[in-house]
Parts: sequence; C-alpha cells; structure tokens
Amino acid sequence: MTVALILAVILAVTCVVAVALPFLREPEPESDSLDELDERDRRRLELLEARDRALSALKELEFDHRTGTISDDDYRTLVGPLRREAAHALQALELDGSGR
Amino acid sequence: MPELGRAALVVTLGLSVYALVAGAAAARLGRRRLALSAQNALTAAFFSTLIASAVLLGALLGHDFSFTYVARTTSEALPTAYTISAFWGGQEGSLLLWLLVLTGFGATAVRLNRSWARDLIVWVVPAFAAVSIFFSFLVVAVASPFATQPAPADGAGMTPSLQNPYMLAHPPLLYLGYVGLTVPFAFAMGALLSGRMDERWLIATRRWTLFAWTALGIGQLLGAHWAYVEVGWGGYYAWDPVENAALMPWLAATAFLHSVMIQEKRGMLRVWNIVLVILAFSLSLFGTFLTRSGVVNSIHSFTQSSIGPWFLAFIGVTVAVSLALVFWRLPQLRSPTKLESAVSREAAFLYNNLLLLALCLTILWGVVYPLLSEAVRGEAVVLGRAYYDFFLRAFGLPLLLLMGIGPLIAWRRASLRSLLTTFRWPTAVALATGGLLLSLGAGSSVPGLVAYTFSAFVAATIGLEFARGTRARKALGAGSWPGAFSSLISRNRRRYGGYVVHASIVLLAVGIAGSSAFDSVAEAKLKPGQSMEAGDYTLAYRSLDERLAENATEIRATLGVTRGDRDLGTLQAGKNAYTIEQQVSNEVGIRSDPVTGEDLFVIAEQIDPDGTVYFRVFVKPLVNLIWIAGFVFLLGSAITLWPDAREQRKLVARASEIGVPATR
Repeated sequence: MTVALILAVILAVTCVVAVALPFLREPEPESDSLDELDERDRRRLELLEARDRALSALKELEFDHRTGTISDDDYRTLVGPLRREAAHALQALELDGSGR
Repeated sequence: MPELGRAALVVTLGLSVYALVAGAAAARLGRRRLALSAQNALTAAFFSTLIASAVLLGALLGHDFSFTYVARTTSEALPTAYTISAFWGGQEGSLLLWLLVLTGFGATAVRLNRSWARDLIVWVVPAFAAVSIFFSFLVVAVASPFATQPAPADGAGMTPSLQNPYMLAHPPLLYLGYVGLTVPFAFAMGALLSGRMDERWLIATRRWTLFAWTALGIGQLLGAHWAYVEVGWGGYYAWDPVENAALMPWLAATAFLHSVMIQEKRGMLRVWNIVLVILAFSLSLFGTFLTRSGVVNSIHSFTQSSIGPWFLAFIGVTVAVSLALVFWRLPQLRSPTKLESAVSREAAFLYNNLLLLALCLTILWGVVYPLLSEAVRGEAVVLGRAYYDFFLRAFGLPLLLLMGIGPLIAWRRASLRSLLTTFRWPTAVALATGGLLLSLGAGSSVPGLVAYTFSAFVAATIGLEFARGTRARKALGAGSWPGAFSSLISRNRRRYGGYVVHASIVLLAVGIAGSSAFDSVAEAKLKPGQSMEAGDYTLAYRSLDERLAENATEIRATLGVTRGDRDLGTLQAGKNAYTIEQQVSNEVGIRSDPVTGEDLFVIAEQIDPDGTVYFRVFVKPLVNLIWIAGFVFLLGSAITLWPDAREQRKLVARASEIGVPATR
C-alpha cells in the first residue's frame, strides 16, 4: 500500500513536471505566440497543392497512355486541359511569389 | 498494487482533461508554450496508462485473485498465453487496452506531425484528449479493472472458446483497428476546428487509416478462422452483431480510402470524406459498445450494463458535434471541381463508395432493428441470415465488378472507343470463365456463378494492369523484366499495392462463393465400425478415446477418410470438457486439400456414453482461399503502407516553399 502510494506520487509529480516543461524551459520567452500560417501562406499552400495535383495527374495520364489503358484519342482530349491547369497553377504561384 | 493502477488511471484522466482545456485555450489564444504543454500532457497520459496496464498484467501473471478482474477471467490452471490474453478478454481490461492504444497513437501521431502541420496539430490535441477523457473516465469511474475483493482460492477461469491461439491476436488487432480510426477522426476535427481545410490532414492520416483498416481486416479474418476451427458450427461468419461491429467501420474506412483519392487527385468530395471519417470512427465506437455493453447477448442486459448508456451518450455527442462542425465549415469545404463524366475513374470510385455505404448502413440496420423493434413493439425481431445474404449479393456483386472496371477507365472521362479496347480482354476472360463453369455445372447457384465470373473479370484486369505497367516500365529503360516489375511497384505503391489488395478480395469472393454456394452437408449417427458418405468422401468411424490435457478432458472420435480408392488418413473430432469453467466445447476435425483448397469439416455434435456419435460433415470447396486472401491482403497493405521516399521529398519541398519546417 505504502509503496504503491509512493509510486503513485512519483508518477503524478513526473507528469506535472512533463506538462510544465515548456514553461520551465522558457520562463520568459521572446515570443509565446503560435507560429501559424498567415492568410498568404495558406493561399500559397492551396496553389502548391493545385500545382502538385495537376502535375501528378499529367504524370499518371502519360503513364496510363503508355500502358495502353488510355487510347490516343482520349489522351489528346485530356492532356490539353491538364496542361492548362498545371500552367495556371504555376503562373498563379509565380505571381504570388513576385508579390511577396 | 491496485492502488497504483487506480492512481495511474486518475492521472491519465487528469492529464486528458488538461490536454483538452489547455490545448483548446492554446489554440484559441495562440499560445505556443501552452500548446506544447498540452501535447506533453497527451504523451504523459500514454505513460501513466502504460503503468496502469503493467499493474494489471502483473496481477494477471501473478494470479492475484484479490483483483476482481483477475479472479473473474483467469484461474491458476490457465496457460500463461491465455492468462495474458485475459487482459483484453473482459470488459474492464479491453477498455484499458483501448485507452492505452488511444493515448499511444495520439501521442505518436501528434509528435510525427507537429513540425510540418503545427497550426493543425494545436487543434488535433484537444480532439484526441476529448476521446481520451471518455475512456479514462470509464476505467476510473464506471468499469475499473482495479476493483478488489477478498482473494478466492482460485479464479473462475476463461470461457473455453476463448482459449484458442487466435484469441491472442484477434481482439488486439480489432482494437488497433478501432482505435486507429481515432487518428483520422482527430485530425479531421482538428482541420474543422482550425479551418485548415487543405490536404495536410489527409496526408498526415493516410497511413494511420490504412494501418487501422489493415488491422481491422486481418483481425476479422482471424476471427472468422477462429469461429471456423473453434466455435464448431461449420461456418466462419454468422452475421452476428459482434462480427458486424467490426465489419461496419471497415466498410466505411474502405469507402474513405477510395474517396480520399478523388480529393487528392481532383479536389472533390471534401465534405463526403470528412463525413466518412466521422462515420468510421462512430462505428468503431459503436462496435466497442456492441461488443462490451452486453446489448448483443440480450437486449435486456442493456439496462443492466454499466457502460452501455455512457457509450451511447458519447456516440451521440460525437456525431452531433462533428456534424455541427462540418456544417459550420461548409463554405470552406466546397470543391473547386466537379464530376466531368459519369464514365470516369472518379465516377467508378463514387459508385463504389455508394455501394460500400449502402452495405454498411444495411448491416447497421440489421444490427439495430431488434433493439428498435423491441422498443417500439415490445418484441425483438432479429433479421436473419437471409436478410444479410440478400444485401451482400445486391451490393457486394456490383462492388466486385466495379473493382475491375475502375482501373480500366481514365480519370475525368473516357470515350466509348477507348472503353471497348480496354474492356476487351477482361470481358473475354470473364465470359470464357463463366461459360466454362456453367458447362461444369456451376449454374446450380446463380449468385455463385456470377461471383466467379466477376472475379475472373477483376483478376484479368489486375493481371493486365501489372503486365502493361511492367512492359511500359521496361520500355522506359528499367532494365530486366523483374527490375521493371519492381520499379513499377516501388514508383506507385498505392496504386499497385491497391491492386494486390483487390486480388485478395477476389480470392475472398471466390472462397466465399465456393464454400457457401457450392458446399454440401451430411449427417449420421454412427457406432464404431460404421461409415458414412459426404460428397466424394467416405468416413469410417473407428474409435472413441479420452485423454487428460492441462485444463480439460479431451474426448476424440477417430475417423478413417477415403476418397474413391484413395486412403486420405484419419481425422479426429470431439469435445473438450473444461474442469474449472464447467463448460464443454466442440473440437472439430478439418482435412484441407492443399491442391483444390477444399475442406472436409467434421463435427461430433453428440457423443453418447455407449460410444455412439452423431456426426455432421461439411464439404467446403475453395474455403482455404479465404485464409490465403488474408496473406495477400497483408502483402498489398504492406506495399501500400511502405514509406515512399519520392512522396516524402515532394511534401518536404512543398512545406519548404511556404516556410514550414521541412520535416514531419
């Protein structure tokens, strides 16, 4: 009983120290605010996702065409819009970058 | 040391409450140190739960019957392996395991993602903490594994059917699956709360979802095999509510794993994906409730159950709060793109989703109907096997076909000409297979024949995809054929790992169709020296023996098996009488044919004192494909789960472009 209680107290104290650690390590930090993405970063992230999505779709289309899963006609129909999508995303990123 | 166990769980509860309150405050007020402190609380909660678990395990292994839980679930004579499995064999222990895995997964998922998705993680921590509060409250206040009593001389022992090697792995795997679904749920809630509706929550949880889904899938197969070899009724799936409890979240997670690809590739179905994650998590809670509340044994036991009302309340709150959050964020969840054609890969995925969801909800209706009918009419009406089998065929067969159709159609849209070309070979293979089987007499079961034909179609599609892909990789300079094959898989693990999983589903479908639509059964009461026929087999009852095992008396009837003129050796079937538990179990005899995958399955239903035995014998064609499917499923999942260096590089590059630390 006594041993169990001592161990329980040690556990509780250790947990309190672990929880308080960020405050013990930095009692007076220069900044305590969360380093979050601002509106611009978030917009850029969305553009990056759109770019990667378009490039990945193009890559998959090329491969499916090469394997024969997609016919020449379908490939020609699909590749144009995908290339435009990728170009738009890249252009938007470039514009966003130049405005930073 | 029950006091230490109780104290550790109280500490876990306190830490979880702190992680929720401090985490939410940190996220709302934008306080960095407070957010880190909340994350540390979640990690500390795992360690305190680990200590509580160690106390319980120590009590089990030390046969400390002053622990009520230990006395109720084990005995001195119980083998060590089953003494360990008693940890999750009872309600309190299994809830503790839930909490242990939950806090472990939570702490790990937060630590792995806190650098690259820190603005998301600050809201994920309180979401994890909320679930952790519920489970720690249960084990502290409602169903404590550390309740004590004056120690009896021996424990009550374990239910005989649970004394099986499968019980060492089956329940923990299901729990890994159930709890694993908390990770995508917590991240989805984090995304909704923070308003960060970009793809990061999907990327962060993709492998967790796959892992949980794999664990649930393998756990269910192990459970099915346990039912087959141990429960001794001649089948492997009975549409029992507890079995359905694991199948429903697995179906919802399967739908999510497919629809998430549409979001990643086309930016569509954002609301749908979050709803599927909520559904999968809620069903995993519902599954735990069904298994642990006692509601499935008798609906009257619901009111006697201590945890049932708590679980129902928590499920209700979870669903209500999550859906309110989805509604709140609807404007941000609108998709920038739309479905371009009803004949496209994303459309096939969507049909697949609708069928999976329909099957899942149909099963849910079958599970809750007895409860509702009793509540409304005062009489529990159970929906039987015919109900489930009908909907399995109605939704399962088109699902099987879609598994073959999807990979053959292009994203966005496909022309009729292209479809005719790509469908040519799989259709020819399917029709040839169907025609051949029909001529061999498989027309006796139309659903079985359709399942075989569709399976042939899917198998041909998978084979074609691998063959064409390997050829294309070779043409791109991948060197040898094995090199091209290996490069094909390593360059797109999700796609080709997914095809391997599809192959496992084909094996499963063929195994289920063979063993359920084309099986046969024979029954006879035999005295030693007499024989019976079952299918092509002849079984001669030779003798009845009794022997003492570690904790049971084993009675076995020995049968000589022949097929035509060929002697196939002997088979034993009988019963075990467990001394301490005062229970008797069926011990079936199974002879598997490694070439055909067929099983001869013998049950000694009744053994009379004069040695007369009433035998029931099943012949189950292709049943072993179901178990082989498990290995293929595991292989496909492992391929898909394997870390992808290319994907990692892409994510790092993307993160560095917006100034987020380039590590996960």
